[in-house]
Amino acid sequence: MWYVLVILVTVFGVLGVAALSTMLERRLLGFFQDRPGPNRVGPFGLLQVVADAIKMLFKHDWIPPFADKTIFVLAPIIGFLCVLLSFAVIPVTANWSVAGDLNVGLLFVFGMMGMAVYSVVLGGWSSNNKFALLGGMRAAAQMISYEVFMGLALMGVIMTTGSFALNDIVAAQSHCWFIIPQFLGAIIFLMAGIAETHRLPFDLPEGENELGAGFHTEYSGMKFGMFFLAEYAGVALISCLITTLYLGGWQGPLLPPVVWFVLKAGFLICFFILLRAALPRPRYDQLMAFGWKVLLPLSLLNTVVTGAILLLRASA
Amino acid sequence: MSIPLAIYGLVAVCAAAMVITRTIAVHALVYMVATLLALACVFDTLGAPFAAALEVIVYAGAIMVLFVFVVMMVNLGRPDQEREKSWLTVGTWIVPALLALILLCTLLFGASHVTADPMPMAAGGPIGPQAVGLRLYGPYLLTVELSSFLLLAGLVSAFHIGRRIGERQE
Repeated sequence: MWYVLVILVTVFGVLGVAALSTMLERRLLGFFQDRPGPNRVGPFGLLQVVADAIKMLFKHDWIPPFADKTIFVLAPIIGFLCVLLSFAVIPVTANWSVAGDLNVGLLFVFGMMGMAVYSVVLGGWSSNNKFALLGGMRAAAQMISYEVFMGLALMGVIMTTGSFALNDIVAAQSHCWFIIPQFLGAIIFLMAGIAETHRLPFDLPEGENELGAGFHTEYSGMKFGMFFLAEYAGVALISCLITTLYLGGWQGPLLPPVVWFVLKAGFLICFFILLRAALPRPRYDQLMAFGWKVLLPLSLLNTVVTGAILLLRASA
Repeated sequence: MSIPLAIYGLVAVCAAAMVITRTIAVHALVYMVATLLALACVFDTLGAPFAAALEVIVYAGAIMVLFVFVVMMVNLGRPDQEREKSWLTVGTWIVPALLALILLCTLLFGASHVTADPMPMAAGGPIGPQAVGLRLYGPYLLTVELSSFLLLAGLVSAFHIGRRIGERQE
């Protein structure tokens, strides 16, 4: 019974956060750019989310006649499902998670991120539109590359903890958050996380000034809505992961654990939005070159140095 | 045999059959991914969660994405689909079907004569990632080293092929 409750709260919590952060993003962007943003529907514009949802559900859900229908419908479902499944291993508190002590928890998240690539790639291919195809190909190359640095950046945390289970990783940070000894790793993870969720400034797969809307050019109605929600849920996922891996998860003084987790993750979501407002978009080849020529050597260096320190400490 | 294991196995076999019979390459690849995911479930049921996770990350998540990537690049269209259809006639199925039948008979014969525990669930519960790592860097060190040679060779040749033509050779 408890287990079912945890699953239900997680699913609806993630959906709620994803929907709310679309509104939060527009409000914050308005604030950063010195304009009001959406503030007319309900108190502080909060009901804008509901208005958007109604609009999206009642829009004509059009499948282009030249598209590959099965794959066209399948693509947004894959993306959404993968992000939702990843939340299963995130421990919100010590005893509130669907599978927080899964012994391959972190690998599970990576598997799901690998699967999420299919949603953009297949979405781009099945639209049978050259802008969508180009967006899909960019997305595939970008997400596969940045997954590598993401995994390597995490090696430091995994080596220090000696476990893939996220509960163990949080427990290992009881006296010192990993962002202090693993600062380089945390920065690389953050950058790779932005590229994985293809958010600005790394949103080249959907760069609107060159590709229309990229891989989801042909999508409309709720199918577009699923891509949209999956993107915001992805931002929430990366925020939760950084919280869990580098910021000590639910741990903190005075306040109850849930509050600490929500505060840290919420702060990171706002940080993602600030990045969108503050940074210009690089060129696509710059993005790929930066990944392979800067992030890869740095993450390898981080792994080697952490390993050496751990070995020295073990022998001392 | 446990029921989940049977279901995963059935899914894997059905998806594999769909991979062979699809005429659109991307559809075949999607079924291939489904096969690999079903195999990962089989590994997990047999008590090897680490192998299951690697199956998803490496095979389904990386290698198959590259396949899809390449197929997207060449962008096969309607004529290719027609040609594929003309290749898959009844005649082409006969010999492979016969050969597969022989294999199936052997498999069924073997399965009916098994006396020991038919499902070799790992003794003492699932094998965690740490146990796998210790084995890899213990008794199987040579294999790990050999495969790293192979990867290095692949990396060097990819670098060689990928260099810009006309760039000054150093």
